[in-house]
Amino acid sequence: MNELRETWSWLTTGSHWTGGAGVFARLLEHLQLCAEAMLLAGVVAIPLALVLGHIRRGTSFVVSLANAARAVPTLAVLVLLVLRMGIGDRPVVYALALFAFPPMVTNTYAGVRGVDADVRDAARGLGLSGGQLLRRIELPLALPLIAAGVRTAAVQVIATATIAAIVGSGGLGRFIVDGFQTSDYGQLISGVLVVAALAISVELLLGSAESALDPLRRRRSPAV
Amino acid sequence: MGPWWSGDFFAKRATEIEAATREHVILTLIAVGIGFAISLPLAVLAHRRPRFATPLLGISGAIYTIPSLALFALLLPWTGLSRATVEIGLVGYTLLILIRNTMTGLAGVPGEVVDAARGMGYGSHRLLYRVELPLALPAIFAGLRIATVSTIALVTVGAEVSNGGLGRLILQGLQDEYPAEAVGASVLCVGLALVADLLLVGIQRLVTPWARRR
Repeated sequence: MNELRETWSWLTTGSHWTGGAGVFARLLEHLQLCAEAMLLAGVVAIPLALVLGHIRRGTSFVVSLANAARAVPTLAVLVLLVLRMGIGDRPVVYALALFAFPPMVTNTYAGVRGVDADVRDAARGLGLSGGQLLRRIELPLALPLIAAGVRTAAVQVIATATIAAIVGSGGLGRFIVDGFQTSDYGQLISGVLVVAALAISVELLLGSAESALDPLRRRRSPAV
Repeated sequence: MGPWWSGDFFAKRATEIEAATREHVILTLIAVGIGFAISLPLAVLAHRRPRFATPLLGISGAIYTIPSLALFALLLPWTGLSRATVEIGLVGYTLLILIRNTMTGLAGVPGEVVDAARGMGYGSHRLLYRVELPLALPAIFAGLRIATVSTIALVTVGAEVSNGGLGRLILQGLQDEYPAEAVGASVLCVGLALVADLLLVGIQRLVTPWARRR
């Protein structure tokens, strides 16, 4: 139980929270890395999947993308990008973006493909063009699944950004990696708690955003 | 910096690579095995008593959300460098996938089939073992495949805190600035996931012979 006491005293020491290497600064670093990666992946993934879903092509591409993403270790991608580009934020953001990409593509694609054929026919019958159909019918109906994809990606990115500390990146993973290397278990467990709290709050927050976005306000299960 | 691909790496370090691969397989087998042994009864319970479903999915979902490095590190002060440190975390991540898929499979058994079995005098145990679980097998196997493939990828992170199979070689490649080692170990890792996935598809075909006769 000594470790729990150490954790408590670490968490209640003010200097561990403030300053350039404090919890708040690391949290900001962590969120910044994640936000950049999400943005980078989102601006490619969502339009791409919307168009693929709209023209009803690329199911096998989307399925193999999801499978490949599961089989490729995040640590391997991080290490290879760092070896390629050198230590810094850039390889980490690219690695995070790579892992944010598949869930956004699969969910957005499933959302558009899941739009009822009768609804599409009715919209066509009313004279909507392809673009209008996509913007006014398919996109709003796919929104809950798109949001589910963004949520899955965000949680994945937060986890991967933690691992990025192993390859020398900043962010909240630093407390875990440094705590381990210096056998400072108070710091290590504090890091675990802060990271877990962040991941679970983001999951819950985006989860409620997801149900608020549903134009039909009805529960549907995400594709992935 | 060294080359990005080298056949030499595989030849010279064969024993080390073999040991890391073996450890990787063992960590995965134990994690999925224990995860399945925990998930199956829990999923059956949630299927029979729906009020358990929400807390069960909530708890396993919360575990699933915790970043892997954090979950592996959590037990470190107590279990140290033993295999258990990583193994407990790995088991934790399989739970949500396996419980959700098994529940989906059980929920997908047609009501008429259950009624027919009851009408033929099947008790609740025989119903479960002879009707519900066999019909849920495709969904259960889908869960096992996802859990196995993602566990194989996750094992690598364990290398940072204790055991990580091929992950150790990936990190070694980074430390020595020898990319061929990191690339070689990553390729082996992905290959392992592919082989495991194919094996599970094969096993599924063997245990669901009725699905082939169509």
